[in-house]
Amino acid sequence: MSLNTRSLKTSMHSIKTVFPKGDLFYLAVLALFLGVLLPMTLDIFRLNMVGKYLTYAFVAVGLVLCWGYGGILSLGQGVFFGLGGYCMAMFLKLESSDPESTKIQSTPGIPDFMDWNQITELPWFWEPFYSLPFTIIAIIAVPTIFAYIIAVAMFKRRVGGVYFAIITQAIASILTILIIGQQGYTGGVNGITDLRTLLGWDIRTDSAKYVLYYVNFVCLMACLLIAQFVRKSKLGRLLVAMRGREDRVRFSGYDVSSFKIFVFCLGAAFSAIGGAMFTLQVGFMSPSFVGIVPSIEMVIFCAVGGRLSIFGAVYGALLVNWAKTTFSESFPELWLFAMGALFIGVVMAFPSGLAGIYKSHVEPFILRSWQKLKQAKPQPPEPPTSVPEKAPPPKTTPQNAAQPHPIVLTGSISPVGK
Amino acid sequence: MFSDYTSAELLSIFAMQGFAGLILFSVFVLMALGLAIIFGQMGVINMAHGEFMILGAYVTYLISNLFATYLPSLFGIYFFIAMIISFVAAGALGALVEWSFIRFLYQRPLDTLLATWGLSLILQQVYRSVFGAREVGVTLPDWLMGSIPLTETIELPINGMFVMGLTLTIAVAVYLLMYKSRWGCQVRAVVQNRPMAAAVGINTARIDRITFALGCGIAGVAGSAFTMIGSTGPTAGQLYIVDTFLVVVFGGAASLLGTIASAFTISQAQSTMEFFLSGSMAKVLTLLTVVIILMIRPQGLFAMKVRK
Repeated sequence: MSLNTRSLKTSMHSIKTVFPKGDLFYLAVLALFLGVLLPMTLDIFRLNMVGKYLTYAFVAVGLVLCWGYGGILSLGQGVFFGLGGYCMAMFLKLESSDPESTKIQSTPGIPDFMDWNQITELPWFWEPFYSLPFTIIAIIAVPTIFAYIIAVAMFKRRVGGVYFAIITQAIASILTILIIGQQGYTGGVNGITDLRTLLGWDIRTDSAKYVLYYVNFVCLMACLLIAQFVRKSKLGRLLVAMRGREDRVRFSGYDVSSFKIFVFCLGAAFSAIGGAMFTLQVGFMSPSFVGIVPSIEMVIFCAVGGRLSIFGAVYGALLVNWAKTTFSESFPELWLFAMGALFIGVVMAFPSGLAGIYKSHVEPFILRSWQKLKQAKPQPPEPPTSVPEKAPPPKTTPQNAAQPHPIVLTGSISPVGK
Repeated sequence: MFSDYTSAELLSIFAMQGFAGLILFSVFVLMALGLAIIFGQMGVINMAHGEFMILGAYVTYLISNLFATYLPSLFGIYFFIAMIISFVAAGALGALVEWSFIRFLYQRPLDTLLATWGLSLILQQVYRSVFGAREVGVTLPDWLMGSIPLTETIELPINGMFVMGLTLTIAVAVYLLMYKSRWGCQVRAVVQNRPMAAAVGINTARIDRITFALGCGIAGVAGSAFTMIGSTGPTAGQLYIVDTFLVVVFGGAASLLGTIASAFTISQAQSTMEFFLSGSMAKVLTLLTVVIILMIRPQGLFAMKVRK
């Protein structure tokens, strides 16, 4: 009995640590917005596009952890997005090129682009992708292992900052050239197209698109929960500390590089899930989502949303992509100007992005009006510092409630080891 | 892959590909010199460097058209004037960019990377709106056409030799400027220890601006030289930017000698392999080798030892 209450207490406590103050509220708002409001108001075509934008949100959330918290700017997230997407596409392609539907080819049963490139046998690395469980594991594992190799090689040798950025960019460039060059194995510049079914289930119908949107939504929420957990855990604080003064963390006895490696791999895994969901929803994968330009655009999604806010990153990805679609539909010439101005403007004027603007302008306003509302009501007055968006506070003992939940966003470290 | 050729043929192949590599090397050196100076001194990653180069190329294109229309008698020497104007134009734009936003971002090197990327997008669209999306080429004056036959199988194109000579001249000029002039002495002081340099009375902000302008100006000249060996499109700069960054990082930032050495290695490796493999595989192999070497030796080939 006592054990039970204690474990309940600790779990309550850990929930409060992971979701302090308004975070649960913001998560709920985001979930309502993406899960209820958008599907109710948009037609399936637009919703599918939102789903496509949301796949970039995975990357942006990963970048918040890597870049915003860890200070590791990767300009090669497209690599992991692409690897995840290609793994998914390979499975779907194999399914859609069964001997029945490819019998006009000179070698039936292999993907059409291989046939066009005079390849008569399925390459060995395509073979395992007949299996869906393998594919799902590969979607996460391949990019993560790749990220691990890069990260170990770089961080163990204390390479960071701009060097890391340039090398990841070079890797993005290398992978793009490789994919385009090895047309017979990868589909070349067109990518892997004409994907139809997933285990016999047609992914191109409207109902399938709804289902995929929700699968995407659930995956994103799961990634957000993981990201929030990392952010609020000791690891998150260490990342912030490392971003501020790496040497001090190292001298305090922490193995700086392993934390960096972990967060980089986590970002890669998120990107890979995004890539796989992209392939499922859009129906193809091509090198144009892998290279330098898309990779750096993914960074701007994160920067616009706010590099320190995982929820902001989702809104940033939605907003920039929506703007991109709108602009390039109506003023294709202006889009690059707008995008360029966005890069410069965000960096110069709003380094903490939309989330920063919200924190500094919108939130105080809401707080003030909330206070007024409260004062108007004949209710027991609360201390003026309380935050109204707090989730209904769980019943806790005074000792538990008195425990502080510091949110450390700056470079300073509050006592980390308890 | 060598067995299909006789030894004499192989020699010619290596010579010709080596020469093609030297031309690539020249462009790399001109681009990377400017980038290395800027990166070495200010830690700024200028992603728009390729666009500064293309600015030089477009200026050269304009000047050559002007000469062809109004001063056909002087067409033979238009290139020298175009080069100077390219240098001035790119340098002026560089100074403007430094003044308008780069100087606010010196404390945040990763952010300069994003901001200059934004600048490069804007410049690309400007070029596209002004000059059109198609690639443009210049007409070379007669004395730059043709080639010198060295042996029966080896011929050296004159424009390539000219570009190489130009690169050599500029490299020497930069060397003199950096190591023999008073200004260069100040630059090196700032590179080694900015607070101390400021403390002894060097105006570091001014040095920064001039260095940035100089780096961009050299990129402009690179663009000018680029027109002689290829045609120019709005996005041509982006093709070279990653290679050039790798050249700079591989050579060891802030080391001009290292930059030249790594430009030589990378360009030669690439152009020699290009003959035997497909172009894309040659590039993949080259870049991959460089990345792997950088993982083993992150400070680059020639690292400057500085006490910070």
